[in-house]
Amino acid sequence: MNTPLLEVKNLKKYFKTPNGMLHAVDDVSFTLERGSTLGLVGESGCGKSTTGRAILCLTEPTSGQIIFDGQHLMKLSPSELRRQRQDMQIIFQDPYSSLDPRFTVAQAIEEPFRIHKLIMDKRERHKKVLALMDTVGLARRLINSYPHELDGGRRQRIGIARALALGPRFIVCDEPVSALDVSIQAQILNLMKQLQRELGLTYLFITHDLSVVRHFSDDIAVMYLGRMVEKAPTEALFAHPLHPYTKALLSAIPIPDIDRRTERILLKGELSSPIEPAKICRFSNRCGECIDLCKEEEPLMHEVSPGHFVSCFRASGY
Amino acid sequence: MNQNDAVTAPSPMDSLELDIRDLRVEYRTMEGTVYALNGIDLQIPKGRTLGLVGETGAGKSTTGLAIMNLIPSPPGVIVSGSIFLGGESILKKSEKEMNLIRGNKVSMIFQDPMTSLNPVVPVVDQIMEVIEHHEKISPRESLPKALEMLEMVGIPRNRAHEYPHQFSGGMKQRVIIAIALACSPYLLIADEPTTALDVTIQAQVLDMMRELRKKYQMSMLMITHDLGIVVEICDLVAVIYDGRVVEHGTLRDIFINTRHPYTEGLFNSLPDMENPKAELKPIPGLMPDPTRIPTGCPFHPRCGYAMDICAKTRPSRYYASTEHYVECHLYDEKTVVSGGRIKQ
Repeated sequence: MNTPLLEVKNLKKYFKTPNGMLHAVDDVSFTLERGSTLGLVGESGCGKSTTGRAILCLTEPTSGQIIFDGQHLMKLSPSELRRQRQDMQIIFQDPYSSLDPRFTVAQAIEEPFRIHKLIMDKRERHKKVLALMDTVGLARRLINSYPHELDGGRRQRIGIARALALGPRFIVCDEPVSALDVSIQAQILNLMKQLQRELGLTYLFITHDLSVVRHFSDDIAVMYLGRMVEKAPTEALFAHPLHPYTKALLSAIPIPDIDRRTERILLKGELSSPIEPAKICRFSNRCGECIDLCKEEEPLMHEVSPGHFVSCFRASGY
Repeated sequence: MNQNDAVTAPSPMDSLELDIRDLRVEYRTMEGTVYALNGIDLQIPKGRTLGLVGETGAGKSTTGLAIMNLIPSPPGVIVSGSIFLGGESILKKSEKEMNLIRGNKVSMIFQDPMTSLNPVVPVVDQIMEVIEHHEKISPRESLPKALEMLEMVGIPRNRAHEYPHQFSGGMKQRVIIAIALACSPYLLIADEPTTALDVTIQAQVLDMMRELRKKYQMSMLMITHDLGIVVEICDLVAVIYDGRVVEHGTLRDIFINTRHPYTEGLFNSLPDMENPKAELKPIPGLMPDPTRIPTGCPFHPRCGYAMDICAKTRPSRYYASTEHYVECHLYDEKTVVSGGRIKQ
């Protein structure tokens, strides 16, 4: 029925370090509707990539629930999980290091079939590889090329073809265009949009580039030091950013328009440590709107306007 | 081909901090010759900042290295052209003479703050080294200067004796900027200085660079692929494609009165802020292979406006004003002023 495709509840991923527990992802919850795109934004070390990997159980979550199409992923056995993964794939940031340099294009694209023991017939598999190359716009003559012979844009197309091979419904896109030049970036973004329309894909789009995410996503979630601090429909977030961190982040984007200057909110200092964070607002030490309460308690996510969630004591509806 | 450029160039030589004319650089390798710079012209008037914009392989970094006389040779060969820095020709200098110029008259900061610092030397010593080298003073005298530089880029004195790995990426880039500015150079070359940084940290660093530029009245060459950063910090823009400036002008010339199809393509590749959901219009195809440059205009295979002539002859340069010029067959002396087919 109209249940969400993915439901993440209280997801936590901690890493043990010599100095204590590192809270990489701390109590993150959200839902993802079928055929939609959720943009996950934040700066280095905020836990956005770990969130993406934990959802696919590529790194085992510390606690929480991940419900994909009614299935509790964390309760599945390894073999059940493997079968489930045909439905959920990932595209990585760096097309230079995510491909095996000794695999040709054909070998790279057919690898998912071999792993899942699907399409054992060689001729069938070859046909399927060619079809996938057409889908992602890779010229057929490149079928026997090696990654080092190809530029970043084409390599990323191989990454996308691999992700599409098993016909997934959900794809985690972890900074898929960050390593590419702008003109190539636009080619890849258009391709991903077109595939979403044609195949009804659902995306979790992880990025630090806010203008790309605005173009690409239906909803945006902002993370800071392992916490989700704000989540809203894209245009609502850009029109009414409520969390002081979101405001600073949005104002920091350099806009390529000479007649439009935004009032910049410069943040003081840098991230505090994610190791054993105190139970207070994690942004309070850099926040210009901080009050006493922020240094005593930790704010919770609450809905201030329909669909617009924020975790800040000072935020109110609009 | 463009021999009359010198006549039409905007400013007299003496007010230019940097003056590059018709520079050609090739990398001659076993696999073939890479034509990195194909007659590039760049002028930076004193106290102004020029943005050098282009994509991977366009020759941005080679330009920066050429100004520092740091093109690796072999395989790099400077085939022709001249580089004048504050009126002095760089290319004829000996290595010894260059060592007195680098870090003193011209400094360069690189993209990756993680690999530009020496990991086994405390940061303050790395700044002192530059000051001692150029000012011939003792460590006792250079230490207070180095501490002052660190403070100016926002690093507290009590962290001066720490090692690079104890700093975050943003702080490392601040240290590198402190090293670059320690001897108050006339020209700072910044090669993608904030690309490796997060946006909020990038905003801090750009803000600081603006302030320091004012304080030292430096000229700057900002190498970037990000048109947003160009707006933030540049006065002039040179759009470079295949080792040549294809369009040059003030911010307003480039952003509002765009002439070259490649410049237009760069803007169209970015999400539109007024209409963020509109489909992106990427530039089709790829950058040309620099060992096999297309004949005629090197952009013609990707250009939506291409005509027969574009594949045959290199376009000449047409000036819309003293600072705004374009190399494209769509224009002649008249239409380059009135604007042509490119929509505003």
